Amino acid sequence: MKKSNGRDSLERFRKWLDEGSDPLDMEMEDALSEPEEICSRDAEEPAWAASDAQFEHGTLGNRLKGMSRRAYYVYYSFLAVLVCAGLISVLLYATLHMPKFGGADTLVDSDLTAFYVENTLKDTGAQNVVTGIILNYRGFDTLGESHVLFSAVCTVLLMLRLTGNDERELLQAEPDDRHFEPKNDVILQTTARIVTPSILLFGIYVILNGHLSPGGGFSGGAIIGAGLILYLSAFGYRKTERFMNATVFKAVSASALMFYTLSKGYHFITACNDIPSGIGTGTPGNILSGGLLLPLNIAVGCVVAMTMYAMYTMFRKGDF
Amino acid sequence: MEILNIVLLAFILVCALSVSFTKSLLSTMIIFSAQSLAMCVIWIYLRAPDLAITEAAVGAGVTSLLFYVALKKIHAIKGDDDEKK
Repeated sequence: MKKSNGRDSLERFRKWLDEGSDPLDMEMEDALSEPEEICSRDAEEPAWAASDAQFEHGTLGNRLKGMSRRAYYVYYSFLAVLVCAGLISVLLYATLHMPKFGGADTLVDSDLTAFYVENTLKDTGAQNVVTGIILNYRGFDTLGESHVLFSAVCTVLLMLRLTGNDERELLQAEPDDRHFEPKNDVILQTTARIVTPSILLFGIYVILNGHLSPGGGFSGGAIIGAGLILYLSAFGYRKTERFMNATVFKAVSASALMFYTLSKGYHFITACNDIPSGIGTGTPGNILSGGLLLPLNIAVGCVVAMTMYAMYTMFRKGDF
Repeated sequence: MEILNIVLLAFILVCALSVSFTKSLLSTMIIFSAQSLAMCVIWIYLRAPDLAITEAAVGAGVTSLLFYVALKKIHAIKGDDDEKK
């Protein structure tokens, strides 16, 4: 089936090369009511290409005609490799002009780096400079990021969620899902029973310790999402829907996003107008320090975990 | 450490090449996540543990899972059930 299609399109491509007219023009005329502009543009391009090729070394099509199909593919892949090699060499050439990797004078060039290293602990109370930057100095970026994630999952919900209109489809979803998934696989279930609590615990640790040690809301949320997905694929929807369903998803991700936006907005308004915000940085090193960093990390983690889980369920079954 | 770095980078290169030359989509996906794991170790070597955690969780874990369910959704992975039909 596929091979004949390929042959068809190859022949049409050769026809296009030989005659210099686009075989798709006819179909487009049928399909569109006002095709004049597009068609004329399409028809011009091959004519230009053919004349250009003729000018240099005869029609490309004439040269291709002499070749067997195998030779044509060799020619085609040779060209592809050539283009890729050219692109790679251009990129490699560009990297030669970058500062030396790990060089002694590489970091000193940037004043910004020195500023962050010096001031992050004082300004934000975060021992982990990365979290201090992404949630405080660059808090606006992270705010946008969370909203991008949320709108991505909204799009997935719009496209893949089974609507209530077709009841038969909804009823069929559960048996369809169980048909393809492993049913009560002993190895998977035993592994999941042992591993899932530690994964979830590690995710919570990464989120809560985001301002003290490597990690933060995004990585911790992804870990929790992965743990939830593992639990779901081991035990099926009947067990997960006790604690994870559409209501929980909506409540958690919406309230986390709302909290993030409101607290960040409060922070922006007070910081920009030199109003004392009433939120101290605390003692660096304590778990309750860093001002807003800990709650913001928790909010980001909730959004990311819900997003990961919802994407997986939407792709797999189309419902929570 | 230098040798480990070179080995990991070579592994990533081999993975990247074999991803494009492998016919089976399922194997491609598994090679892709193996490449992510090697990348994760390189992040630790570069002293970026934050990125390493994210790479391990997102690159090796969730991305390959999403690829897997997406391929299953478009019936690109042929299991036993599909062959019977």
